Amino acid sequence: MGEPVKTHCPYCALQCGMAISADRPRITITPRTDVPANAAGALCQKGWTAAELLTNGTRLTSPLLHGRPVDWDVALDHVADRLAAVQREHGPDGVAVFGGGGLTNEKAYLLGKLARVALGTSQIDYNGRFCMSSAAAASNRAFGLDRGLPFPVTDLAGADVVLLAGANPAETMPPLVRHLTGPRLIVVDPRRTATARLAWLHLRPAPGTDLALALGLLHLAVAEDLVDTAYVAGRTSGFDAVRTSLAAWWPERVERITGVPVPRMREAVRALAHAKNAYVLTGRGAEQHAQGTDTVTAFINLALALGLPGRRGSGYGCLTGQGNGQGGREHGQKADQLPGYRRIDDPAARAHVAGVWGVDPASLPGPGRSAFELLDALGTPDGPKAMLLFGSNPVVSAPASSRVASRLRALDLLVVCDVVMSETAALADVVFPVTQWAEETGTLTNLEGRVLLRRQAVEPPPGVRTDLDVIAALARRLGHDFPADPAQVFDELRRATAGGPADYSGITYPRLTAAPQPPHPGEPQDDAPLHGRAEPQGGALLRSGAEVRGGGDTQGGAHRQGREETQGGAHLQGRGEVGVFWPCPGAGHPGTPRLFLDSFATADGRARFVVVEHRGPAEEVDEEYPVYLTTGRVLAHYQSGAQTRRIAPLTEAEPEPYVELHPDLAARLEIGAGDRVRVTSRRGRAGGVARISDAIRSDTVFMPFHWEGTNLLTNPELDPTSRMPEFKVCAVRVERAT
Amino acid sequence: MRLVVVGNGMAGARLVSEVRARDRRMPITVFGAEPGGPYNRVLLSNVLAGQARPDQLGLHDLSWYDTHRVEAVPGSTVAWIDREARAVHTACGRREPYDLLVLATGSEAVVPPIPGVGRAIPFRTLDDCDRIIKAAEGGRRAVVVGGGLLGVEAARGLAGRGLPVTLLHLADHLMERQLDAEAGLVLGETLAGLGVEIRTGVSAAAVEDGGVRLAGGELVEGDLVVLACGVRPLTALAEEAGLEVRRGIVVDDELRTDDPSIMAIGECAEHDGTVYGLVAPAWEQAAVAADVITGGKSRYRGSRLVTRLKAKSVELAAMGETHLTDEHAEVVRFSHRARGTYRKLVIRDDRLVGAILLGDIDAVGTLTQLYDRGGPLPGDRAGLLFPGLSAAPETDSPTLMPDAAKVCHCNDVTKGQIRACWEAGARDVAGVAAATRATTGCGTCRDAVAGIVAWLCEQEGVSA
Repeated sequence: MGEPVKTHCPYCALQCGMAISADRPRITITPRTDVPANAAGALCQKGWTAAELLTNGTRLTSPLLHGRPVDWDVALDHVADRLAAVQREHGPDGVAVFGGGGLTNEKAYLLGKLARVALGTSQIDYNGRFCMSSAAAASNRAFGLDRGLPFPVTDLAGADVVLLAGANPAETMPPLVRHLTGPRLIVVDPRRTATARLAWLHLRPAPGTDLALALGLLHLAVAEDLVDTAYVAGRTSGFDAVRTSLAAWWPERVERITGVPVPRMREAVRALAHAKNAYVLTGRGAEQHAQGTDTVTAFINLALALGLPGRRGSGYGCLTGQGNGQGGREHGQKADQLPGYRRIDDPAARAHVAGVWGVDPASLPGPGRSAFELLDALGTPDGPKAMLLFGSNPVVSAPASSRVASRLRALDLLVVCDVVMSETAALADVVFPVTQWAEETGTLTNLEGRVLLRRQAVEPPPGVRTDLDVIAALARRLGHDFPADPAQVFDELRRATAGGPADYSGITYPRLTAAPQPPHPGEPQDDAPLHGRAEPQGGALLRSGAEVRGGGDTQGGAHRQGREETQGGAHLQGRGEVGVFWPCPGAGHPGTPRLFLDSFATADGRARFVVVEHRGPAEEVDEEYPVYLTTGRVLAHYQSGAQTRRIAPLTEAEPEPYVELHPDLAARLEIGAGDRVRVTSRRGRAGGVARISDAIRSDTVFMPFHWEGTNLLTNPELDPTSRMPEFKVCAVRVERAT
Repeated sequence: MRLVVVGNGMAGARLVSEVRARDRRMPITVFGAEPGGPYNRVLLSNVLAGQARPDQLGLHDLSWYDTHRVEAVPGSTVAWIDREARAVHTACGRREPYDLLVLATGSEAVVPPIPGVGRAIPFRTLDDCDRIIKAAEGGRRAVVVGGGLLGVEAARGLAGRGLPVTLLHLADHLMERQLDAEAGLVLGETLAGLGVEIRTGVSAAAVEDGGVRLAGGELVEGDLVVLACGVRPLTALAEEAGLEVRRGIVVDDELRTDDPSIMAIGECAEHDGTVYGLVAPAWEQAAVAADVITGGKSRYRGSRLVTRLKAKSVELAAMGETHLTDEHAEVVRFSHRARGTYRKLVIRDDRLVGAILLGDIDAVGTLTQLYDRGGPLPGDRAGLLFPGLSAAPETDSPTLMPDAAKVCHCNDVTKGQIRACWEAGARDVAGVAAATRATTGCGTCRDAVAGIVAWLCEQEGVSA
């Protein structure tokens, strides 16, 4: 395979550009310099070592039936017969489907179609519920649309101040930090993370109190007359009710709840308000709570009060985690959703999608259970009796994971598609070996909402098929003809998303593979970083005259009505489309790098303030469980670790689970660095080696969740709106393991 | 079950929202003596200081009551309680039956019984605040009687409006209930620097046109006199109804009076011999009462008091037992009067039982949470007074860094590995990056790598 193949990293939502040259047996990876996210040719250690995923010999290469290798037809027939039997006995909802945020758009779409058309079950959801669901719910109710970053990531570089709430990109997506060296960073995190060490101001709230902090910051913005009253009057609704609710959150009260001194809060609010350009960004730290949606809403309320969203060079955004965390939550693998980010209970949406699928709208099921509720119902009297699981490892990544594992065991049939024998695959009756990242073609939508194409660079090992093949083969056995070729699936997806909020209809494979052309002199560069806060402009006039739904800027050479466009210091080598920002409602449409510039996607075009109330952690510390536990990632590993724990340089960098304790707590518990530590919660017990550091608070311990164990401890209490479990705080007892 | 609440101040308004958060249907009627909706009394000092506007204080706007199906009756005083018939009667003759009655009548400003006190304005309600601000606009000089928390905040607020202020206080030092003598002294000096003249150990004998006549006969000039002499629980309603009343309306751990269908919360209530004058205890009581009312098992065991002064450029926090000295507890103190900072920890059985922070209060967050939770303390007490004192210095000077030190986290590259590839011929950052991938992730280690390469070249006498 001569010319290196242009593709993207297999891991996080930044989707750094990389090229793979597969002159076997050596496969080498080099960073691309034409993808804005990592245009400086940056990669982190996971990206550099990704080739080992293809060569480290830990692959599944044959279907397994009760642990014994069998050929594909035997396994597929067995599964199809058992599915049909289960549905005969327990009805369509007797079969559940579980997806993941790492699946390509094509897989997520076809999985949703398999559930709704071939199986007719409402019982489908995915692990993105554990990742982005709170930010998605809060963005939808504020802006009428959820696209993680409603602007190109390169815009961040032009800001004066960026507030990061519960996000640690220096460890979770290091190349993103290159876009954050210009602005002053305000980091909100109980831990002094690698990102907090880069911060101009680090606010350290007690675990589970981010919402109170956000309410205190907004109280101060109102009290010090820093609210952008013209913006609030012109572009938002519902501020009065929020303003009234703030009277109960005076700074001194918030100080006592959060532990953040009032003077630090004042500094943060004044910096944000006086900045010409500012961003408020949230990550899992603010979102993975039983009040996660309200916490994100409180930060969105702050951003709206300061006039940031929908303004060039400023805004609110959330840092999506998984590779296709954005696309994965748009095309139908979510319990309440149809392709194009449509609601499954919306008659117009059902009519449109049923039309594309050639089925009667009434035949489409309604919404089903959310991820944890679905896992928790498996094998119970009125819960599903069989499950098809793609691209996920809930035995490690779900909260209260021992309970989840017992539910999985209680199934009559568990079918897992995976690349390696993950902890969840190990429980399966049938395992299908599927292709991964560089062995298949498909699109992903990165954290900017930019649809990118991953091209196949190497041949998969014999005996391995793509997830699309498995889905189509099962559908065929259930009497339905599904395409399995990625391009065909994508064309069907485009038609299904047409007219929906996440409209992909104008995006095609040829367009995504077109070589970027050199920049035309004088042509404005739309996804170049910007300097200077420009007022929202009048509607952009498009060459094709199509009205931009949901408002927003356009990419490419569209004519501007009197809109000055400063040529940012773009360091893009070739200009042209590296990926297309959705919505892209038609072939001629250039895509939408920046949303909400002219109006928000709500009925009246206004962004909505929502009143929220701080309640605190669902599980408070007490005498028996006196220490907070917070969980999170480390740089060298990714999600359940199923991939990274099998790569030598990464296990050398981070060999084993650890428990991070403050020196005072360690001294009191007589725990020394390197000792084995036992951590116990109401739900289970886990352990790790002790790491002593004052980066953590003395009333809290931190454990990474990339190994089986940590999530034995976490609290499955769910956010009432997003159904996100409370991963970020629970109460534990910590002891030296004897 | 019909719930009637007497008093729509901080405690009553909070109780209503806490009950409604637990029970969407229970019929609730709340009587408020003051006109208009409930407002946050804590922020009155900010209004007086011009740091907040009255319209920012409202706790519920009137639409809240409609959407939450609560009947609010503002400007209506309850005259008496008919305990047999279980009904309350308002001054204007309205009769309201109850199954459960909660008294949240709060307290009133203490007005010292001295001649001419009518000329002075108490500092308790929003109306008082308006009157003081109007008088201050036309005033030349103000006198504040009472150097407790409220008096200090009022004096600082008026001084912030450019009015010279004299603050009179009976005790020997300001805020003597919360502060020890030295802290009171440092606070006084800080306020003096902000245009507030302090007169401690004095008592007001009369209020005259020209100002306040002290007991010793001296006249303290001022054309605006503000009273901040503390508050007295409003208990008349309970007394006349035959309920047990001492300083406040006596309640048990369920906040019930000796009549089980009548509860009392906030500044009018007395629990375990204590009447609380701060909002946090009132809101804790409201939460417990709401839980009890809706069938919960909560019990109220008293509150831990944290006082936080709200005065521009004066940072002060005080909590718990601040008066104990070395005989009764382990005391850690730091005093720097020249800079107006004073810090004190009071420790017993390795628990923080009291603290004062005046001037620089970076430690307030940690200390308040240690005090609130009664958590065990670290051995190093100084670290508590000066956060970050004990933080290990992070050396990234190339020479001092050990070989095992990780220089590039993104690619797990140590100084030793950089040295090794340097020795193998990589003589600049680009060469090191190519060999070890250091600096290719987030990019923030670039300076450290350049420093190590320059240092290595220097050692070898080789130019980088």
